[in-house]
Amino acid sequence: MRKANKNKLVRFLEELYYPVIAVVVAILISGLMMQALGFDPINAYMYLFQGAFGSVASFSENFVKGIPLVFMGLSFAMAMRSGIINLGATGQLYIGALFGTFVGTHFAGLPIFIHLPLTLIAGFLGGGLMGWIVSFLKSRFGASELITTIMLNNIAIQLISYMVTGPMKDNASSSFPQSARILESAELPIILEGTRLHAGLIIAILAIVFYYVFLWWTRRGYEVRVVGANRYAGIYAGMNVRKNQMIAMMIAGGMAGLGGCIEILSVQTRLMQAFAGNTGFDGVAVALLGNNTPVGIGVSAFLFGMLNNGSSTMEMLARVPNAMIYMIQGLIILLVVGRNMFRFEGIRKKIRRKKRAKEA
Amino acid sequence: MIEMITSFLSTDLRMATPLLIAALGLVYCSRSGIVNIGVEGMMLIGSLMGVVGSYYTGSALLGALVAIGVNLIVSLVFAFFAVTIKADQNVIGTAINTFATGLTVTVNRVIFGVGTSQNIEVFERVKIPVLSEIPIIGEAVFDQAILVYIALIAVPVLWFILMKTSLGLKIRSVGENPQACDTVGINVYRVRYGTILFSGALAGLAGAYVSMGQLNSFTEDMIAGRGFIALAAVVLGNYMPGGVLAATLIFGAASALQYRMQATAISVPYQFWLMLPYVITIIAICLYRKSSNQAASTGKPYNKQ
Repeated sequence: MRKANKNKLVRFLEELYYPVIAVVVAILISGLMMQALGFDPINAYMYLFQGAFGSVASFSENFVKGIPLVFMGLSFAMAMRSGIINLGATGQLYIGALFGTFVGTHFAGLPIFIHLPLTLIAGFLGGGLMGWIVSFLKSRFGASELITTIMLNNIAIQLISYMVTGPMKDNASSSFPQSARILESAELPIILEGTRLHAGLIIAILAIVFYYVFLWWTRRGYEVRVVGANRYAGIYAGMNVRKNQMIAMMIAGGMAGLGGCIEILSVQTRLMQAFAGNTGFDGVAVALLGNNTPVGIGVSAFLFGMLNNGSSTMEMLARVPNAMIYMIQGLIILLVVGRNMFRFEGIRKKIRRKKRAKEA
Repeated sequence: MIEMITSFLSTDLRMATPLLIAALGLVYCSRSGIVNIGVEGMMLIGSLMGVVGSYYTGSALLGALVAIGVNLIVSLVFAFFAVTIKADQNVIGTAINTFATGLTVTVNRVIFGVGTSQNIEVFERVKIPVLSEIPIIGEAVFDQAILVYIALIAVPVLWFILMKTSLGLKIRSVGENPQACDTVGINVYRVRYGTILFSGALAGLAGAYVSMGQLNSFTEDMIAGRGFIALAAVVLGNYMPGGVLAATLIFGAASALQYRMQATAISVPYQFWLMLPYVITIIAICLYRKSSNQAASTGKPYNKQ
């Protein structure tokens, strides 16, 4: 009863305090580890901060690094909302990038307002196709998405390696295995003069809005959430679990594919092997820290983008390897999913019982 | 021709060994109902810690023990979150993998610096006197590093423990029906902690073999998906030690063929050879389905009543 009377702001702050604690604790633990390894953590974090907020250009770079993370986070969150753990963002990202590169390097002469959307759609479809394969194998053969997503990641990585050393290799530019450059009519324009901040930011924001509208304002989205929260409730209400999961997985894959495609159309401009590194798995941290909510995903994507961005300055000036941030990221995931650890349910119950005993 | 077959078999076995060691641990883990995606990160930590241990002690075997020791701590963390806290196992595994990427790069730079190749003791080949004289197979199988022999002997031993002893029965029952086990007085948590620690230790050993048996130094991100292939081998081998041996030999053959085919004129791009294990695994899990030995409680945390 007490809870119902609380106003919205208080409840929002309550939601917020846990992720904030998780981030702070992860940074503290990493700091201790840096200390133990012989680095100066305060110095390192200062340079990290400076690298992220030192100038307009470096500040805008937080967004540049955060944009792909928004899509990876949305991908993981969308699947999770339907009850699927999507560890296949890496493969979906690469196939999205592959499709996007193909369309983006062909069809010269198209005006930008046709070519660019077409390329983005191709990227979405490429990732969506990968998502569809996962849900098809699950519903048709009962194949666990855990195994299939990881297998498909590796297949996609090899396929990209083949494409850029073989059929899509651009021999004209260099002997380096990479595709031809994206045509100008498919490139995402820069939206802030003098920086690398590109129109992908707008698409990322639109994607977050889409995620919100789809899940909370459409009938289909409602079904996806019900099926994901409790599949038996969904079945009881006459919902088709397989169909809803399939749609969610296609959108999830599409999001990751779109993210990969946008990287190619902005920062990368050419398809290369392993251009995305660990980005696919970063989505897990982004979605979990954001609690699968639209605003949460946006904010945590920015946070991880910032860590990523600041870490290069940290590496350069404090000599702390930028891979350090992956330790922070891993710890954040552990702390967020280990939420139960901090609830102290047992202690709370005891206190409540004592109170009740007193009142009686 | 015979020489080619021998060298192919030898490479196959060398490639398969780390997968086999890691997968044997995962069999026990999976049979008790735990999916350990973190094996990739644990192998990575093992490969670095093996090198670090060997660097400071001057012995590859002691290095491997260091790798095992560090991984016991890492898997204790995994077990704590997956079993006690009941968090999602896959997410915890991903966290371990992410953390391991950061940890290994950082520690490697601190100890060895950038771009320096480490001068360490590695696993030497041990030729077994009489057996290595057998034509074709002898030279391929009985002229390997000691860990290869240990892995091969472990297959029947671990099969026996899993299928024929009460300990094995306990592990399998916990995976199939934790509630029932709890009722008859088996400590579900303790069994799962045990299998997770066991698979972590073997992942460490597997990692140490990659950096000190296949190669002779640590490089960043050197595991490169081997942990995931080991997971695949468990599924393909249908959660049995013998099956896992066969599966890892198939995967090993795919990467051995890759080297061989690059040297010959047959023009299948090598990436397709590398893809093969993953494709086979996907097909296999689609075909098994009904006859799978997968534990019924896979991935579900157990709530003590």
